[in-house]
Amino acid sequence: MLELLIVSTLNGVLFGMLLFLMASGLTLIFSMMGVLNFAHASFYMLGAFFGFQISRWVGFWPALVVGPVLVGAIGAVVERFGLRNVHRHGHVPELLFTFGLAFVIEEVVQMIWGKSPVDFRVPEVLDFPAFTIFATNYPAYKLFMLLISIGIFVALFAVLTKTRIGLIVQASLTHPNMVAHLGHNVPLVFMLVFGLGSALAAIAGVIAGPALVTQSNMAALLGPILFVVVVVGGLGSLSGAFVASLLIGLLQTFAVSVNVSLADVFAVFGFTPGPDSMLDDLWRVTVAQIAPILPYLLLVLVLILKPSGLMGTRET
Amino acid sequence: MLQVRELHAYYGKSHILHGVDLDVAKGEVVSLLGRNGVGRSTTIKAIIGEVPPAGSIRFKGEEIAGWPSYRIARRGLGYVPENRDIFPSLTVRQNLLLGLKDTRRPGKWKIEDMLAMFPNLASRADNLAGVLSGGEKQMLTICRTLMGDPDLIMIDEPTEGLAPLIVRQVGDLISEIARRGVAILLVEQKLSIALDISARVYVMGHGTIVFEGTPAALKADAAVRREWLEV
Repeated sequence: MLELLIVSTLNGVLFGMLLFLMASGLTLIFSMMGVLNFAHASFYMLGAFFGFQISRWVGFWPALVVGPVLVGAIGAVVERFGLRNVHRHGHVPELLFTFGLAFVIEEVVQMIWGKSPVDFRVPEVLDFPAFTIFATNYPAYKLFMLLISIGIFVALFAVLTKTRIGLIVQASLTHPNMVAHLGHNVPLVFMLVFGLGSALAAIAGVIAGPALVTQSNMAALLGPILFVVVVVGGLGSLSGAFVASLLIGLLQTFAVSVNVSLADVFAVFGFTPGPDSMLDDLWRVTVAQIAPILPYLLLVLVLILKPSGLMGTRET
Repeated sequence: MLQVRELHAYYGKSHILHGVDLDVAKGEVVSLLGRNGVGRSTTIKAIIGEVPPAGSIRFKGEEIAGWPSYRIARRGLGYVPENRDIFPSLTVRQNLLLGLKDTRRPGKWKIEDMLAMFPNLASRADNLAGVLSGGEKQMLTICRTLMGDPDLIMIDEPTEGLAPLIVRQVGDLISEIARRGVAILLVEQKLSIALDISARVYVMGHGTIVFEGTPAALKADAAVRREWLEV
């Protein structure tokens, strides 16, 4: 039990931090520009595939730097020459633009790398168990992922709170027009933030690629969870995105390892429905079985009870 | 310094400004008066580019109509909006710092000056700006724009909804801005403040200028006041 608790917590925090790498960029973009960027998870996927390809050519470590830089540049170009023009026509065309972009990226990835998973392996230096708790070997690579995500979280936080450009970004989260009236080049800030957000997602892609499956559907698998994180955390709130990332990371990791069903709970009180009763099927569904629905259930509950999200600061 | 000619502006399909002509000279204090809804705020929003303008807007010799807001601000035209858009998640000091356009070239307004002028802001310099009172927020928005060292500052309804004591402080601040040689275009409901500090006043009605002259001329013209100002 203790083993399960420790391992699940580590995995949950790790998954949460990876989610935050993506959710932070998505929240910044969503809050500043009002665009729900459907293609954000696609930049994560591009990061994984670029990481895979560059690793083959020159090794994993250069890939960890070059991959995100390339994806960040693509993001900046998309903002400058795509979104900025679409922006004039309102939010719905913007939404459709990012939606279309997600499909374009997926198709391009399939054309180049095919539909089946590519062989993106953990670099050899990190391919050993870091420590053993009870019977579980915890891989060093997962600890490395955790360290990278925490490092980037700290760096992002420092830039946003300690530097002038960070303050401009923070102010633009809530009042972009006023920031422009003070003489700051807000369109340039938008482009940089979009590029940085894409690069952060790509870092998540490069480090998650070897641990998960690098495949052309990985964006579609992760995208919806990402939106849950941003909405649950609250629009305009990075700290909200952080809390929601960890919450959902832990929720998903713990849920899949809990094999308790309603039948077990009620059995404690000595109540069991008969095998023929209508409730029987429902009664035997375990938490692990409904784990994939839990984030969406949380989304629905948050929207009903607190539509602005856990820590949301903006109405629209 | 500022010459506006034949300015038209629209909100969607409704035509708000019908050819506004307006001038502000270097260092001059000018007020734009009129009842609610006649287009005073829209006039300055069109000048700053918040509402798309049609017509000619020349500032310091350049045609600025259609420029992005940040370029207009960098050219030296400051704007203080009516809704006191402070950055609530930043401290008072950080709000003021963001008013600076270039940290290497500080202008004639220093943070220390501002804080000395307003002890209320000084005692809360490191608090989040979101917790300030309405009057303090108003002071902060004006001071923040001044940090950018504008040659002309346009202030929209600075005393609206403020207590009389604070209204006097805002009036003092506006006089101080004028004393330092910054031109002011003031949109104001409270006639007494506007008439006290302005060199010239404009009165607007139905999206055009209906009177232009000195405060003394406006005081003398009972017909204009009855028709366009008094409720």
